[in-house]
Amino acid sequence: MDLYEYQGKQYFARFGIPTSPGGTADTVDEAVEQAEDAGYPVVVKAQVKVGGRGKAGGIKLAANPGEVRQAAEAILGMDIKGHTVHRLWVEHASDIEKEYYASFTLDRPAKLHLGMLSAAGGVEIEEVAATKPEAIARLHINPLDGLDEETARRWVDEAGLDEAARDGAAQVLVRLYHCFVEGDCDLAEINPLILTTEGSVHALDAKVTLDENATFRHPEWEEFAGTDTEDPREKMAKEKGLNYIGLDGTVGIIANGAGLAMSTLDVVNQVGGSAANFLDIGGGANAAVMTAALEVINSDPAVRSILVNIFGGITRVDDVANGVIQALASVEIRSPIVLRLDGTNAEAGRALLAPHLSDRVLAEPTMLSAARRAVELAR
Amino acid sequence: MSIFVDERTTVVVQGLTGGQGRFHGLRNRDYGTKIVGGITPGKGGTDVEGVPVFDTVAEAVDATGAVASFVVVPPRFACDAILEAAAAGISFIVCITEGIPAQDEASAYNRLVREFPGTRLLGPNCPGIISPGKTNIGITSGDIALAGGPVGIVSRSGTLTYQALHELSQQGVGQTTCVGIGGDPVPGTNFIDCLEAFEADPDTKAVMMIGEIGGSEEERAAEYIGAHMTKPVVAYVAGVTAPPGRKMGHAGAIISGSQGTAQAKMEALDAAGVVVTANPTEAGEKMVEIVRGLS
Repeated sequence: MDLYEYQGKQYFARFGIPTSPGGTADTVDEAVEQAEDAGYPVVVKAQVKVGGRGKAGGIKLAANPGEVRQAAEAILGMDIKGHTVHRLWVEHASDIEKEYYASFTLDRPAKLHLGMLSAAGGVEIEEVAATKPEAIARLHINPLDGLDEETARRWVDEAGLDEAARDGAAQVLVRLYHCFVEGDCDLAEINPLILTTEGSVHALDAKVTLDENATFRHPEWEEFAGTDTEDPREKMAKEKGLNYIGLDGTVGIIANGAGLAMSTLDVVNQVGGSAANFLDIGGGANAAVMTAALEVINSDPAVRSILVNIFGGITRVDDVANGVIQALASVEIRSPIVLRLDGTNAEAGRALLAPHLSDRVLAEPTMLSAARRAVELAR
Repeated sequence: MSIFVDERTTVVVQGLTGGQGRFHGLRNRDYGTKIVGGITPGKGGTDVEGVPVFDTVAEAVDATGAVASFVVVPPRFACDAILEAAAAGISFIVCITEGIPAQDEASAYNRLVREFPGTRLLGPNCPGIISPGKTNIGITSGDIALAGGPVGIVSRSGTLTYQALHELSQQGVGQTTCVGIGGDPVPGTNFIDCLEAFEADPDTKAVMMIGEIGGSEEERAAEYIGAHMTKPVVAYVAGVTAPPGRKMGHAGAIISGSQGTAQAKMEALDAAGVVVTANPTEAGEKMVEIVRGLS
């Protein structure tokens, strides 16, 4: 789950990572209040989960209440790459001496933590990585060993950060590492990490991606729930605990397993159709999950046909069949359903469904034939 | 021959008394797998349909001489279960658990490497391993596999592993071993481990490889294939139509930039001489052609 900048900064604060004083605002008046608290000059920043806010005009400097009003009016409601701005972050503007880059993530091939630090921050770090890879000091950390202050200090030296920033940066890095590990982040990134003219080092932005698999040990993540998507279909799916991504086609997809779900999207595309969504009902899905999945797909007005592609392993096909039967009884499904069922308890599942088959509920023997049928029905 | 396991492999099931553990553990036993014990703390001394249950893996190993373990416990306990098995001397661990925090996985993996280098972990979040007619450790439905070879299968996606087995079995083409390595960020066993084993296995004549978007395991596998594999490889990579920048379920299936896209992976595999296909059905068809050409 990606966090908004303000959430990321609040998360950073839990681990003692310094940020600028500031607060959120959903209205122009709130923005002025926050600016008064933070102290002028302030920066008014659009809260959207997409890069390039600055270029789109989503970040403005304001020296007085009038300018804050002007900035907030301009930014609230603005569309940035398809994301509407509903919330602002207003913080005290820092006097920036230097901008750096710092992040921790998992290096999957190396199976180690990877820290990246650069004296060339503030810009697209991917561009730096591509054009000047030597400008990024990489540090592999074995999770069993962790990162101590001494190692962080050597790393800061190696990255060539300014002398005045080195102690402060080393301390921030150790804290950011704790945030990454104990905070169960997939990514903890600061760009830019700044050295102020007064000589302090702090985070001017926060990019945090949380590992949702760790939700069970983070009751404090409750506050982030429901803020991570604007798509009403995705919101509904999330409430039902489904792994759903909305797309813009007409064939609703339900499959078990991320691989099979992605493959179903591919095949629908190859036979001339387009998927309305990605929906993985996961391993061990039961009848209730299947019913919920059909309800979410059914709520999407763009859906013209529904393709259910199940290959049972830990998921049992008879459970899936029962879910379809329950959904048919409890919800009016608007679109025809094409089912392809194989794997664990497939015979039992097909037998359960047999009496329910009609021109609205069809069974197909293979993934390809089911995709073809669903695409035809969506036309 | 099969890779990693065979009909003599003795297996304990960690979590045998749970719903999934019982269902799949007993189903594995029915398939012919030597399931010799189960482990559930506090339930030692009981049994599940004749399979003795122990409190710890160490006790189970003492009593049964088991060499492999099938871990089917909830995410928050899975890494401890894996490490307990390794400490008890288990040399092959299959963990099917989905939803383990990435930090836990990374720590457990590195602990295995550092403290138990002789232990191989398959998974987590994988369907397991099946050597048709010999043994089945995991959640794969045994009836979709066909004994007798000559194809080895390695796949990152669980359900696509089944699809691959199904495509071949329906055409009468058998498998030596089918390994689901799982789609998590830190898999214990990767493509190259399996490709290496298949290359060395005299009964495996060709390999089917199923990848998916995210990470760089397929690209690394392509490098290995180009440099070391003499046997034909057919590949399919899921996620060509996946929108970039979205996380599609597996922690592993994340695309960022051009790296890790299905297109990039397919190009790398193609350049390594692999027969790259557009969907699982075509992968099956191409493999059937190759196998028919062998005899």
